[in-house]
Amino acid sequence: MFLQQLTNGLTVGMIYALIALGYTMVYGILKIVNFAHGDIFMIGSFLGLFFMQEFHLPLYLAFLLSAAVTAVLGVLIERLAYRPLRMADRIVPLISALGVSTLLVSLAQKLWGTEMHPFPTAFGSRTYTLGSITFSEIQILILVLSFILMLALQLFVTRTKTGTAMRATSMSLTNAALMGINTNRMISLAFAIGSALASCAGIMVGIYYNAVYPTMGYMAGINAFTAAVLGGIGNIPGAMLGGVLLGLVETLGGAYISTQYKSVISFSILILVLLIRPSGILGSKDINKV
Amino acid sequence: MRKKTAMIAVAALSIVVPVALQQVNDYLLHVVIMIGIFSVLSLSLNVIIGYAGQFALGHAAFYGIGAYAAALLMLHFDLSFWIALPASAVIAGLAGFLLGSPVIRLKGDYLGIVTLGFGEIVRLIFVGWVDVTRGPMGLPGIPAPSLFGFTFSGKLEFYYLILLLVLVTYFVINRLVHSGVGLSLLAIREDETLAQSIGIRPNKYKLLAFTVGGFFAGAAGAFWASYISYVSPDAFRYLDSVNILAMVILGGAASLPGSILGAVILVAAPEILRYVSDYRMILLGLAIVLMMIFKPSGFWGEKHRRRNFYGNVRKGESK
Repeated sequence: MFLQQLTNGLTVGMIYALIALGYTMVYGILKIVNFAHGDIFMIGSFLGLFFMQEFHLPLYLAFLLSAAVTAVLGVLIERLAYRPLRMADRIVPLISALGVSTLLVSLAQKLWGTEMHPFPTAFGSRTYTLGSITFSEIQILILVLSFILMLALQLFVTRTKTGTAMRATSMSLTNAALMGINTNRMISLAFAIGSALASCAGIMVGIYYNAVYPTMGYMAGINAFTAAVLGGIGNIPGAMLGGVLLGLVETLGGAYISTQYKSVISFSILILVLLIRPSGILGSKDINKV
Repeated sequence: MRKKTAMIAVAALSIVVPVALQQVNDYLLHVVIMIGIFSVLSLSLNVIIGYAGQFALGHAAFYGIGAYAAALLMLHFDLSFWIALPASAVIAGLAGFLLGSPVIRLKGDYLGIVTLGFGEIVRLIFVGWVDVTRGPMGLPGIPAPSLFGFTFSGKLEFYYLILLLVLVTYFVINRLVHSGVGLSLLAIREDETLAQSIGIRPNKYKLLAFTVGGFFAGAAGAFWASYISYVSPDAFRYLDSVNILAMVILGGAASLPGSILGAVILVAAPEILRYVSDYRMILLGLAIVLMMIFKPSGFWGEKHRRRNFYGNVRKGESK
C-alpha cells in the first residue's frame, strides 16, 4: 500500500516537475510568473488529442507535433503579451498574463467545448507487477519519458554553449547582453522549451486521467508553481526536486489524511515555504525581493 | 462648479434611470445591481492594490466569507439583515486582518500567489465543511431584508439598497485615502524603506488596508447572499478574484471613480457582447492584454503615471 502510493506520488510528481520547469526557466530570466503557463499545458493536451483523433497519428508523432505547436505558441505569447511590457512594473505583465490565460481558456472552450474529453489512448489497461507494486503502462511512460526529458534539459543547460548562455541570461540580463548574448533569443528559447515540456506533460496527464478539459490547466498550474517555489524558483534542478516532493506529499496526504483536502495540503505547503524559506530548498539565498 | 453639476446629474440619473430600466426589462436592472456589488468589491480591493500597493489575488475569499457569514447568521441565528450585514463585514474584515498578519512580509508575485492560495483554501472549506455549509449544494432560503414590516423583495428595492452601500463604501474609502492614513499608504507603496525612515510603520498600514478591504468585500458578500437568497461555493472562484482585480486595473489603480468604471465595463461588457456570445471571453482576455500594453494606468487612473505604479525602473533590476 505504502509503496504503491509512493509510485503514484512519483508519477504525479514527475508531471508537476515537467510543468514547473517552464515556470522556473521564465522566472529565472524575466522574474515574472507566467500565469498562462498552466493553460499552455492545457492547450498541449488538447492538441495531442486533436492530432490523434483527427489525423489518427501515432502517439509519438502527437507528442512531437503538439510540443512544436505549443513551443511556437509560447514564443508568440512572450512576443505579443510580455515583451512590450518588459520595462513596466512587475504587476503589469502579471495582469497581461491573466489576460492571456483567460484568452487561452475561452479559446479552448470555443474550439472544443467545455466538457471533458476522453483520451483515445494507445495503451491498453495492461499492468505490470513488481513485488507489491502495480504499474500501469501509462505510469511507466510518464516516469520514463519525464526522466529522459529532464535529463536532456539538464545536459542541454550544463553542457552546451546555448545552455550556458541561457544560464548566464538568467543570472543577469544586462551582463549577459554585454557579453554578446542575444538575450531576446534566450528568453524566446526559455518560453519554447517550457511550453514544449508542458505540452508533453499535458498529453501524459490526458492519458493518465483519461480526461482533457479547458480548465485543467488551473490546478495543474498552481501545483506546478508550488513545486517550482518549493524547489527554489529560478533553479532548474530545484523545480524537478520540488515537483517530485510535492507529488509525493500530496498523494500520501491524500491517501492517509483526506482526499478532499488534497489541494489544501499543497496550498499550505506553498504558503509555509514562502513564509519560512522563500528561496526554496535549492534556491540561492540572495532573493531578498520576496 | 462643473464638477458639482456633474455630480448632481449622476445622482439624479442613478435614481431615475433604474425605474425606466425596470419598465424595459427586469434583467437590465439585475445587471445594474451586479455592477453595484462589483463596484463595492473593486473599491475595497483598490485600497489594498491601488493605495497600499499590495498585489492580492484572493479577494473573492472575503466576498465569500461575508456571504456565508451573513447566510449562516440569518438562517441559524435569525438575525435581521441589518445586523447580519455589518456583522459579516466585521467577520470578513477580521479574516483580512488574520490573513494579512503573516503575509504582509511578502511582496509582489509571491504575495499574489499566497493570497490566491488563501482564496482557494477558503473555497475548498466552503466545499468541504458539509456540516455547516452543505458543501457544493450551498445554502438556500436566505431571507430578504425587511424594515418596519416592509420587505425588500423587488429588484428596484435591492437596487436602492446597493446604491446606498456603494455610496457608503465610496464615502468611507474616499475619506480614508485622502487622510493622513492614505498618504502613509501611498508612501509605503512608493518606497517602503523611505516610508519607514520617516516614521511610517508599513506593517500597521498594510494590515489596515487588508482589514478595510476585507470589511467592505464582506459587506458586498452579505448583500449578495440576501439578494440572490442562495450561496454556493461556485461564486467565489479564483476567476472571480481575477475579475475584480481586472476591474481595479482597467479602471485605474488608486482611482476610486476608476474602480466603479471598471466594474461597469467588466459587468456590462459580457452582456453587451452577447451578440458575439461565443467570443466574448476571448475578447475580454485580449482587451486586458492590449490595455496593459497601451494604457497600463487604466481608463481613469492617476494622470502623471504613464507606464508603472511605482517608478520608472523595475524594482528587480535597479538593485
